[in-house]
Amino acid sequence: MNIRAQMSMLFHLDKCIGCHTCSVACKNLWTDRKGAEYMWWNNVETRPGTGYPTQWENQEHYRGGWEKKNGALDLRLHSRAKGLAKLYYNPALPSLEDYYEPFTFRYQDLFNAPAGDDQPTAIPISLITGEPLEIKTGPNWDDDLSGSNIYARNDPSMEDVPPEIRAQLDELERVVFNYLPRICNHCLNPACVAACPSGAIYKRAEDGIVLVNENKCRAWRMCIAACPYKKVFYNWATGKSEKCILCFPRLETGQAPACAHSCVGRIRYMGVLLYDADKIPEAALVPDSELVAAQRAAILDPFDPQVVSDARASGVREDWIEFAQKSPVYKFLKQWGLALPLHPEFRTMAMMYYIPPLSPVVSLIEDGLVRLDLAPEQHDFELFQRLDAARLPVQYLANLFAAGNEQPVRYSLRKMLAVRLYMRRKSLQQEIDQATLALLTDAGTNPAEAEEIYKLTTLPSLSERFVLPPYHREMTIEAYRDPLTQKGATGLGYLQPPARGE
Amino acid sequence: MKKWTREITSPSEQKWEEFYRNRFQHDRRVRTTHGVNCTGSCSWEVYVKDGIVTWELQATDYPQLEDGLPPYEPRGCQRGISYSWYLYSPLRVKYPYLRGTLMDLWRQARAEYPDPVQAWKAIVSDTVKRRSYQQARGKGGFRRSSWDEVLELIAASIIHTIQEYGPDRIIGFSPIPAMSQVSYASGARFLTLLGGVVMSFYDWYCDLPPASPEVWGEQTDVHESADWFNARFIAVMGSNLNMTRTPDTHFISEVRHAGAKLTVFSPDFSQVAKYADYWIPVHPGQDTAFWMAVNHVILKEFFHERQVPYFINYVKQYTDLPFLIEIDGSRPSRYLRANELARYRDVENGDWKLTIWDKETAQPCMPKGSIGFRWAQKERGKWNLELKDGLSDAPIDPELSFLNKHDAVVEVEFDDFTDGSTVRRGVPVRHIETGRGRIAVTTVFDLLMAQFGVERNLPGEYAQDYAEDQLYTPAWQEKFTGIHRDTLIRFARDWATNAEQTGGKNLVIIGAGANHWYHNNLLYRSAITALMLTGSVGVNGGGLAHYVGQEKLVNQASWSAIAFASDWGIAPRQQNTPSFHYVHSDQWRYERGFAAYDRLPGNGHRDHTIDHQVRAVRRGWLPFFPQFDRSPLQIVRDAQDRGAETDAEIIQYAVDQLSQERLHFSVEDPDAQENWPRLWFIWRGNAIGTSAKGHEYFLKHYLGTHTNTIAPELAEGHTSEVSFRTQGPTGKFDLVVDLNFRMDTSALYSDIILPAATWYEKDDLNTTDMHSYINPMQAAVPPSWESRSDWDIYKALAAKLSQLAQVHLPAPIKDIVMLPLHHDTPDELAQPEVRDWKTGEVQPIPGKTMPKFRVVERDYTNLYEQYISLGAGVEKNGVTAHGLQIKVDDEYQKLLARQPHSFAGKAYPSLYEARQVAEAILALDPASNGELAYRAFEEEQHKTGLQLTDLADGLRDIRISFSDIVTQPRRVLTSPTWSAIITKGRAYSPFTLNTERLIPWRTLTGRQHFYLDHASYLDWGEQLPTYKPRPDHTMLDETQKSLMEAQGKLLNYITPHGKWSIHSTYSDNLRMMTLSRGGYPVWLNDKDAAEMGIHDNDWVELFNDNGVFVQRAITSARIPTGTVFVYHATERTIGVPKSPLRHKRAGMNNSLTRARLKPVLMAGGYAQFTYFFNYWGPTGVNRDTFVFLRRLDHVEW
Repeated sequence: MNIRAQMSMLFHLDKCIGCHTCSVACKNLWTDRKGAEYMWWNNVETRPGTGYPTQWENQEHYRGGWEKKNGALDLRLHSRAKGLAKLYYNPALPSLEDYYEPFTFRYQDLFNAPAGDDQPTAIPISLITGEPLEIKTGPNWDDDLSGSNIYARNDPSMEDVPPEIRAQLDELERVVFNYLPRICNHCLNPACVAACPSGAIYKRAEDGIVLVNENKCRAWRMCIAACPYKKVFYNWATGKSEKCILCFPRLETGQAPACAHSCVGRIRYMGVLLYDADKIPEAALVPDSELVAAQRAAILDPFDPQVVSDARASGVREDWIEFAQKSPVYKFLKQWGLALPLHPEFRTMAMMYYIPPLSPVVSLIEDGLVRLDLAPEQHDFELFQRLDAARLPVQYLANLFAAGNEQPVRYSLRKMLAVRLYMRRKSLQQEIDQATLALLTDAGTNPAEAEEIYKLTTLPSLSERFVLPPYHREMTIEAYRDPLTQKGATGLGYLQPPARGE
Repeated sequence: MKKWTREITSPSEQKWEEFYRNRFQHDRRVRTTHGVNCTGSCSWEVYVKDGIVTWELQATDYPQLEDGLPPYEPRGCQRGISYSWYLYSPLRVKYPYLRGTLMDLWRQARAEYPDPVQAWKAIVSDTVKRRSYQQARGKGGFRRSSWDEVLELIAASIIHTIQEYGPDRIIGFSPIPAMSQVSYASGARFLTLLGGVVMSFYDWYCDLPPASPEVWGEQTDVHESADWFNARFIAVMGSNLNMTRTPDTHFISEVRHAGAKLTVFSPDFSQVAKYADYWIPVHPGQDTAFWMAVNHVILKEFFHERQVPYFINYVKQYTDLPFLIEIDGSRPSRYLRANELARYRDVENGDWKLTIWDKETAQPCMPKGSIGFRWAQKERGKWNLELKDGLSDAPIDPELSFLNKHDAVVEVEFDDFTDGSTVRRGVPVRHIETGRGRIAVTTVFDLLMAQFGVERNLPGEYAQDYAEDQLYTPAWQEKFTGIHRDTLIRFARDWATNAEQTGGKNLVIIGAGANHWYHNNLLYRSAITALMLTGSVGVNGGGLAHYVGQEKLVNQASWSAIAFASDWGIAPRQQNTPSFHYVHSDQWRYERGFAAYDRLPGNGHRDHTIDHQVRAVRRGWLPFFPQFDRSPLQIVRDAQDRGAETDAEIIQYAVDQLSQERLHFSVEDPDAQENWPRLWFIWRGNAIGTSAKGHEYFLKHYLGTHTNTIAPELAEGHTSEVSFRTQGPTGKFDLVVDLNFRMDTSALYSDIILPAATWYEKDDLNTTDMHSYINPMQAAVPPSWESRSDWDIYKALAAKLSQLAQVHLPAPIKDIVMLPLHHDTPDELAQPEVRDWKTGEVQPIPGKTMPKFRVVERDYTNLYEQYISLGAGVEKNGVTAHGLQIKVDDEYQKLLARQPHSFAGKAYPSLYEARQVAEAILALDPASNGELAYRAFEEEQHKTGLQLTDLADGLRDIRISFSDIVTQPRRVLTSPTWSAIITKGRAYSPFTLNTERLIPWRTLTGRQHFYLDHASYLDWGEQLPTYKPRPDHTMLDETQKSLMEAQGKLLNYITPHGKWSIHSTYSDNLRMMTLSRGGYPVWLNDKDAAEMGIHDNDWVELFNDNGVFVQRAITSARIPTGTVFVYHATERTIGVPKSPLRHKRAGMNNSLTRARLKPVLMAGGYAQFTYFFNYWGPTGVNRDTFVFLRRLDHVEW
C-alpha cells in the first residue's frame, strides 16, 4: 500500500445554524482585498436552492469533475489533448453574474451631503467599477428560501425527487430547508489539478491540501471550470487563481482552520484520514450506487497493523498515524457510518464529509387546519418508524450525498434517531429495556456505540473536535534552510521575496 | 504506480506558501467583546497587525461547567465576526460633527456674546433661528467641528436649560447597561448628578415581559443556555434561536441528541424550525389560544381524572393555587386577608398576609411568606416558604380544592373576550366569618378549573369533551390557531408526561415574537400556567426562558450605585420610556385610546390611555418627567421664599401646591411649552432610528423636521384628565446630541455627533443572561482618529459644565425630585386599595397615596469631581439589590487604597479611568466578591429565618478583578441578588433558590401567582389566565387614510429579529449587506406575491397612516400568507429610495408603527405591582400593526 495522510473536515449538518460565521471568518482572513471581493472560499447554502455560484452542481452547464468514458475517468471539461487545443476557449467558466457583482454603498455621502430638502442616503455602487448598481445577485442570494419559487424550485439535486413531493415543498405541509456549508474538498482525485496546463496546482504530500502556486499560475483558469464544486476562483487583480488553503498556516501551528474554529454551531470536526494512493482513482470508477462504499473503503483502518506498517514505509510520520487513530472524522465516517461525501458522482473523491440532517415531521391540511402526520400509536421520535414522514425528502439527501443511493442516507438518519431514543430512555427511565435494545440493533448500533456517538455529537470540546497532528515545521524547513536561520529571519520579507511569475 | 495527481513532496517547491503564512502572522491578540444588546457576551480575540485591527476570532477558554454539559466555546456569530469592518469603514464617525445651520448660528452668536450660555440663549429664544436648524435635521449639511467647540455648546445648552426650565428637561437615552456597563454608567451618572432624566429601555424595547413581574415579582430571570441541555421537552415560541441566540443554538441541536424533544411554534418555517421534531405553525399572535387549550387538557387529565403527586405537591408549596379568594356576588374578587379573620386581626401588616385552607384543622390559616412578612418591622424572620402558620408555627396541609367538601356551589361569571359575553360555571365555596360578616371563599385552584372549563360534575357551562367548542377546549382553539385539536392533544399529553417522568424538565423558550403583541402578558401567562402546573419552574432544565435583550447586569448592586450616583446621595430621575414617548411625542393624540382595542368586562373604565397615565403618575404608580409645569429648582426657591427651611417643609409646600392646583404635573398638559423636554443625549443606541416606535411622530413632534405620517389626530373628546391643545407642537427639542462610532439614523438626525470609541478601543464590562461569565472589553488599539470612550466624553462634558457653572451656577442649589413608589421597598405595602387624592377619596400623602419627593442638593461646580470620585454614600450605606442592603465599607477602603483620588480635602476611590470604574463594580458586588455574597446571604437569613450562608461558605475568598477576566472569563458567584444556585459548575436555572431553599418570590403571596387581585386586574378581567383577541386593523386607526391613498393589499406586519444585524448595528456593515441581499428586504409569501404581480427582488412600498417603507421584496414559500415580514431594525441611511406615495425619502421599519400602551400595566403601589426602573410599566408593543403593500415599477434616489 502506498499510504498518504489527508486532513479532512466533517460537517454535522444536523447541527448547522446557517449563520455564516465561517464565511465571514474566511473572508476576513483571506479574501478581503482587491480582486478577491467576490470570492467566498467558504460559503453556506440554503438547500433546496441553487447555491453559489448559481446552479454550480449543474455539470451539463459547467462541465466540472470527471466522467466515466470507456471504463476510464476523463475530465468532463476536456481531455488533456483537447484541453491544449482549447486553451484560449473555455466556455464552461462561470461568469461574474453566476457569482455576483460585488457591491458597496456610497457611505461617505452621509457625512458629505450638502444641506438639502430631503434626507441623504448611501446608494449601492459596484465594488469593481464604483458606478451605481442594481443589486440583483449576491453570494447568498437564496438564503433561507429567499425566492424559493425560483431558486429552491431549480435546485439541480431535486431533479428526480417525485413530482408530488417536489410540489409539496412549496406548501406549508412540507416546506423545509437546511444548510450546506462548503469549502474546497481537497479531493483525492482533484479535477482542478488535472486540468491545470501550467502544473501550478498540487496536492501537498504531507496533508493532502490542494494549493494553487501563486507564482506558477498562468491564469488559464481551466481549474475553475474543472472543479465541480466551483471552489477555485480567479483573482482579477493579480491574474492568478486562488482557492481555500484549508488555513494551512493555522493547521501548521496547531489551530483549526478559521471556518472550523469559528463554527459556533460546533458542527465541524477535523482529523487525519489515511488512504491508499494506489487505489485512486479506481475507487472513483465504480457505478454510482457503489460510490459511497468504494470511497469509504479507500479510507484505511489506522488500527490495522498492516496499514500502520505500510504507512510508516510510505513516509507517514509516526505521530500522524497516532492522530489518524484518534481522528473524529474517521469515527463518524468509517466506524459509525454516519458521514457521507458531497456529490460522489463528480468522482473527484471529495475529502470533506457530511452527516445528513434530520428534519421535522410533515403535516397534513385537514379542513384548513394543520395536523401533524403522526401515527395513532404514540412513539418518541416517530420518524424512526416512518422516515418518509420527514420533511426533507430522503431522495433529495441521497442526491446530495450518495449519488442517489438512499440506503446510506437512511442508515445514517435512523442511527441518529436511534441514539436519540436510547438517550431519552436513559435519561427518563435509567434502565434500558429490551425494546430499546432491539431498536438499536435495528438501526445497526448498540448501547456502547450509541454512547460514543452521543458524546462526540453533543459534548466535544475544541480539542476533541479538532484533533490536529503536529506538523514538525522545523523538519520541513530544515530541508532547505537551517531552522535557526529561519528563527532569526522569518517574516523579514527577503526569505521569499514576492515575485510575479517565475 | 499510476500518477493520479500532482503531488509535491519537495519542501523547497513549497516555499511560495509563505505568501499566505505572512498574511496570517499578526502582532497582537487582545480579548474583548461586542456591546450590542445581542445577549451574546462572547469572548473574542481581536488580531492586530501593524497597528491595524485586521480580524477577530472567538476565544475558546471558558471554564467548564459541571460534567455532562457541552462547553460554551466557541461563542460569537456572523455579526460579531464582521465588527472589525466598522473601525476603518467610511461609516466611522472620526471627528465631532455639527450641522452646518447650527454651526453658523453658533459661531455668529459666539461672536456676538462672549458668554457661551448667552449665545445659546440667543439662538433658542429666537423662534426663527430655532426652527431653521430644527428643519435642517436629517437633511445633510454636517460639518466637521472640534471637541472644544461642541463641548462648549453642549455645556452652555445644559446650563441654559437648568436655569430656564429646570434640569428635569434634560433627558438621556442609552439602552442595556449589561452590554457595556461602564459606558452606560457614564451618561447616566452625568445626567443624574446634574438632575437630568435617565430613560428606561427594557420596557420601551418591549423586551420586558410584564408577566414576569406579574407572576414572579421579578423583572426577568432566566436560564443560562447551558441549562437548556438539562431539559427533556422544549417548546420554542416567538424566539428564533438561530437568529437571536446564535452562540447558544448548539445547546438546542445537542440536547436533541441527549434525548430531548423539541417543538417549535412559529407562523413561518423559521430557521429554528429546522431543528424541530414538531413544527406547529400557529397563526401569528395566537399562541395564547393554543396554550389555554393545552392547560385545559393538563388540568383535566393530570389534575382531575388523575392526580400526579409531583404536580400536586409542587403547586401547593410554590404557587398561590391553595390561596383563598373571595367570591363577590358572581365575580372572583380579592384574596382573603388574614386580618379579616378574628384569629389574625391584630397581626402586623395584616392587609398583606393572606390565607390558605388547612386540611387538618379545616379552617383558614395564615401561611408564612406573603409580603406582609417581608416588610415586617416587629417580627422578622418569617418570610419563607415553609408550610407553617405565621402566628402559631403549626404545620399547614393546604387544601387545594373544595370540590369534595364545600358549603355551597356558587355560579361564577367568567369572561369570554372573543365576543364580550360571559359564561357561568359552578364553583365550590366555603363560608367564612369575617369582620364584614360571612363571605364565600374558594381556592385559586377551583377558580382555575372553572376558568378552563374542566368538567367536574358541577353545574354551569362546562365542556363535555375536547370536541366541544367551549372556551379553552382543544376544539375551541382551532379557529384562532389553525392547528387541529389532535395535534394539540398529542402535544399536551407529551408535555405533561415528560414533566411527570423528569420532575419538571419542561422548558419554554420564548421571545420577542411572543412578547411584542399587545396582550403579551396574557400570552406569557398561558404558557407559564402550563409550566407551573407541571412543576417546571425552579428546576434545572425547566421553566420559562425568556430571551429578549441583554437585560442581565450581573453586578447590579454595585453598578447601580455608580450609574445612578447614589454614592453621592442623589435620587435619580428614572423615567419609564414607553410613557414618556407615548405622551411627549404626541402619539396619544392620534388614537382614541385603549377602549378602541382592549376589551374589558362589563362597563369598566372606557376613557383614554393617557387618562390612566395621568392617574398613574398622580398616585405614585409611574414616574413622569418633567415633573411639573414649573422648574423644580423654582419650586424650592418658592418654598424657601415662603419660609420653608427643612426638606420636609419644602416637600409639604410642593404637595400643598399640587393639591391646591397651583402646581400641575406636566403630564396633565404635555403640549404646553413649559412642559416639553428640551435636551436629548443619545449614546450606545439608536433612539431616533430603529428604537423609535412611531419614528415619524418623533421626527414631527420632537425634531420638527420632515415626516411621512398622514395620520389624523383623534384623541380630542376622548380624554378627561389631560389638556388637549388643538395644535400639536412640532420641534420640542432644542438640542439632540448623539455619541456614536457609526453614522446611523440617530446620528444622521442629531444636531451634534460626538465620535465614540468602538468596542475594540475601550475598557468595559459585559454580562448576559445566556451564560454566567463576566467578560471584559479592552482596547486592542487606542480610540481611532478623534474618538473617545463614552466615559471620557461625559467626563470632558462634566469638566466643561463645572467650568461654566463657576459663573452661572456657582453655589449649591436644592432640587426637589419626584419619585414613584418602588418595588423591593416597603412602598410595596402602600396601597391596599386604590384611592385617588385628587377626587378627595384620601389625603395626598407622599409615598403612600401619591409620589414620593426627595430634596437633593446639586453642586454644579463640583460635578466633574463627583463624576470621577466614588462618593462616601457607598461606604456608609452599602450596595442594594432585591431589597437587600449589603455592607461594603471595608471593600470601599481597600478600593480607596488601590485607586485614590482627592478633592476638597477628602480622598475617594478614583473613577477617573473607565478601567477604575470596572474595578469598583467588580470589587463591590456580591456576584464577583465572595465575601459580599456571604454577607448578602446573611442579610437574607435575617429576613427569612432560614439557614442560607452555607451557600457562600466556599466563596468567601473569591475576588474577581478586571485583570482576572482579561486573563480568562470568570464565572459569577451564587448570590441572593439573583435566584439560582450555581455552585460547583451547576448551570443557572432561575428560582432554584426559591424551590430548594424556600426563599419566597417577591410577590404578594410570596409564591408564584396564577391569580392577580389588584383592582386594575379585576377591572380588566385579567385576574386569571385568559384569552383576549388580537386588536385588528379596524380597531387600530392607522390604515384608514392610507386605504383611500393607493392600491395595495392589507397585510399583517411582522418585524422579527433578523439574521444580518443585531438590531440596527451590523445591518449597514458591508459584510452583512453582502451576505444578505444588499438591503432590508420585505419577505412575502410567494403566492401572495404572485397575486399582486410581485416578483422576487421587485421594489415594493409598504405604507399606512404612520409612515412608509420602500425596499425590495423576497418571495418565499416559508412565509405564511396574509403576512409580511421585515426583519427588525433597519436603517434609513443605506439604500433607501424616495417614497412614490409620500414623495420624501422613505422611512424604516418603525416608520410604520406606533406605540400603544396597555393601561393595566400601569398599576402600582401594590406588592409586585410597584414601579421599578425597567421592571414594571406598560411596554412598547408594536407587533399588531397592519400595512398596505404594493409593487413599484421603478424607484428614485
